[in-house]
Amino acid sequence: MERTKVIVGLGSCGIAAGAGKVYEKIKALQIAENLDFELKKTSCIGMCYREPLVEVIDSTGSYLYGGINEDKAIEVIDKHVTHHEPIREYVVKTDIFDTEDNDFIDNQIKIALRNCGFIDPEEISEYEKRGGYNAIRKIAENNISRLDVIQTMLGSGLRGRGGGGFPTGLKWKFANNNKSTDKYIICNADEGDPGAFMDRSLLEGDPHSVLEGMIIGAYAIEANHGVIYCRAEYPLAIKRLNIAIDQARGKGYLGTNLFGIHGFDFDLYIKEGAGAFVCGEETALIASVEGERGMPRKRPPFPAESGLWGKPTNINNVETFANVPWIIINGAEAYAKYGTNKSKGTKVFALAGKVKRSGLVEVPMGISIRDVIFKLGGGIQGDKKFKAVQLGGPSGGCIPEHLSDTQVDYDSVNATGAIMGSGGMVVMDETTCMVDIARFFLDFTQKESCGKCTFCRIGTRRMLEVLNRIIDGKGKEGDIEVLEELAYQIKDNSLCGLGQTAPNPVLTTLKYFRNEYEAHIRDKKCPAKACKQLLTYEVIPDKCTGCMICAMKCPVKAIDGERKKVHFIHQEICTKCGECYSRCKFEAIMVS
Amino acid sequence: MRIQRLQAVHQADRDSDAVNLDVLDPLIRKYKGKPGSIIPILQGTQEMLGFIPKEAFEKISTETGLKLSDMYGVATFYAQFRLKPVGKYVIKVCHGTACHVQNAHVITEAISETLDVKDGETTTDRLFTLESVACLGCCSLAPVMMIGGNTYGKLTGKEAVNIIKNIRIQSVENVKN
Ligand SMILES: Cc1cc2nc3c(=O)[nH]c(=O)nc-3n(C[C@H](O)[C@H](O)[C@H](O)COP(=O)(O)O)c2cc1C
Ligand code: FES
Repeated sequence: MERTKVIVGLGSCGIAAGAGKVYEKIKALQIAENLDFELKKTSCIGMCYREPLVEVIDSTGSYLYGGINEDKAIEVIDKHVTHHEPIREYVVKTDIFDTEDNDFIDNQIKIALRNCGFIDPEEISEYEKRGGYNAIRKIAENNISRLDVIQTMLGSGLRGRGGGGFPTGLKWKFANNNKSTDKYIICNADEGDPGAFMDRSLLEGDPHSVLEGMIIGAYAIEANHGVIYCRAEYPLAIKRLNIAIDQARGKGYLGTNLFGIHGFDFDLYIKEGAGAFVCGEETALIASVEGERGMPRKRPPFPAESGLWGKPTNINNVETFANVPWIIINGAEAYAKYGTNKSKGTKVFALAGKVKRSGLVEVPMGISIRDVIFKLGGGIQGDKKFKAVQLGGPSGGCIPEHLSDTQVDYDSVNATGAIMGSGGMVVMDETTCMVDIARFFLDFTQKESCGKCTFCRIGTRRMLEVLNRIIDGKGKEGDIEVLEELAYQIKDNSLCGLGQTAPNPVLTTLKYFRNEYEAHIRDKKCPAKACKQLLTYEVIPDKCTGCMICAMKCPVKAIDGERKKVHFIHQEICTKCGECYSRCKFEAIMVS
Repeated sequence: MRIQRLQAVHQADRDSDAVNLDVLDPLIRKYKGKPGSIIPILQGTQEMLGFIPKEAFEKISTETGLKLSDMYGVATFYAQFRLKPVGKYVIKVCHGTACHVQNAHVITEAISETLDVKDGETTTDRLFTLESVACLGCCSLAPVMMIGGNTYGKLTGKEAVNIIKNIRIQSVENVKN
């Protein structure tokens, strides 16, 4: 009989939820009681909402346990591993019986994430056991030419997953056309969208697939140097990438005459970013690798002609690269089978916000937003009303509930005014104020604007001022028009993508939630009851029992009242902190 | 645009901040003369000293020939670099999109009130620095904060404050022992 395997998910999210302690506990138990099973590590499997996750694979199959703390881990080891009795109520996913979470995984198609959660990312052998490095071997053994590799990429219809959606094959073709003795291929792992973690999970869970994708890319465009530009905020991803690079180098997968292809020399290194959103933009990224301030520059010349150190340079996103080996192995048609006419394949999304099951999902392009949120995401937390979903982060926009049949593909999403972006999908419910969301993103882009061009630097600041004013209850007639005018000016006149897209969150919320802006400005009310300065707290006389709790807890002594008498809130003193509302046991405080 | 200025430092503060800059020597040797080295040098310096003091800029500049203005330009451009000393514990409260919609501001406000510091400031005892960051990558646990290597999720203001109070108690005990 095969030895039972116990696998603990140790991605950043798992570790945050306590998976490290669970792993140590199981290990200690194994040693103390001399138990016979194989203890292994893997990374994020995507079910972040159920972390920490522990998988047990025995002779009957695989059982994924969710929400495992140290105590539950002891139970699982005792009952399942030692006594062969799976604990059904902790199981979140198995093929053996139905679980409530089965459809989270069953509705996904995993191509980029094919190994995440299945392999120990720190062991190259585990990647190879699942067919890793066979794509580049296939190229070498069958003498597949550079142009044929590019043709396969073109045929697959793969478009850049970093947000722009430019066809990868075409990009490689341009890079291949520019001859030079030194050429660079860069992996963009800057992941600047503040609410997205696809690239991090991929790098933590399967770094070799990204390396292999880069090696294939390097072969196709004849690059001899590689750089992975990774955010410094991702220490675990950097650690695992470093291990992966060392192992690949040790096996001779990086270096000279790779895979027996004469003259194919390629090596790469990691460059840690230093925290600037704009560095995700290609020319800014190049400036940053060169050690400068990450300021974008005018294009042309495009990086494909003159990029890093003035050499031809090709930049692709992490997820783009992770797809490449799969496409080479399975063929362009197999990939193009998924998706829509103009958006092929699958896309990874980081599903977060007010959704029941948040985590990492990979779905075929063309799936509806509704399906992602309700089938995969399980609906809205607390069964509140779904209001909107934010796609594309600071460059994107909010898609309202009534458009939730929108297909997730580049063109359909663009038509709503949002953008596909890199894959952040933040779900919002009726308690989220759309003006506040617009302000949140503008605040972000305003801070992250590099300051090089005036429209972006000053325009975003002026927009932010107007939004702040509206939220503070000081909005004026005409503010919406000012926002619109500024938005179009910034879009039209900014130098780089940051400024050109920065107004999108405001424009989409204005388009779909104009009434919320108007309520803030005209009625000084926040329909979502989120903007503090626009709330009034009042005592409902019929419900107040005069228990005095609110009066005692009020930090600014704005509440008057005697025992067993109805209390009163002095509006001119109230700071709208909400303490009375959350303290009252009789629901006698009304917020409006 | 982020705006940062080197603070005028009182002499007394400077003395207490006096750091041994010799630790930078290996770093300087490693990167001297290499193109594109400003960011890694500054990152290395900050790793060792916790922040980048004015004296470190001067030393690096004299020994590598990098221009002070270039280094300062880079240091003020990127969010990662700190020109002021930080507390022993840096409290990073996530203000990414997911945490924002789950009311991350409540966490910052509660901590700010307890420690009597504003976002970006350090407590007078140099124990804590309060910072806002964008997405820590644990959006499913929003709202999230990170202190040292530890991440704390699904927080309320009160829980966040308790965690910080516990750290304070522990560090006082550590000093006693
Ligand atoms: C302001 C700004 C930020 C960006 N941030 C990222 C990022 O974090 N990650 C990324 O892969 N692409 C980012 N991009 C897109 C890149 O510039 C580039 O298009 C992409 O890396 C190309 O790879 P792809 O074709 O594989 O998508 C950003 C673009 C802009 C304008
Ligand atoms: S938004 Fe806070 S962890 Fe992602």
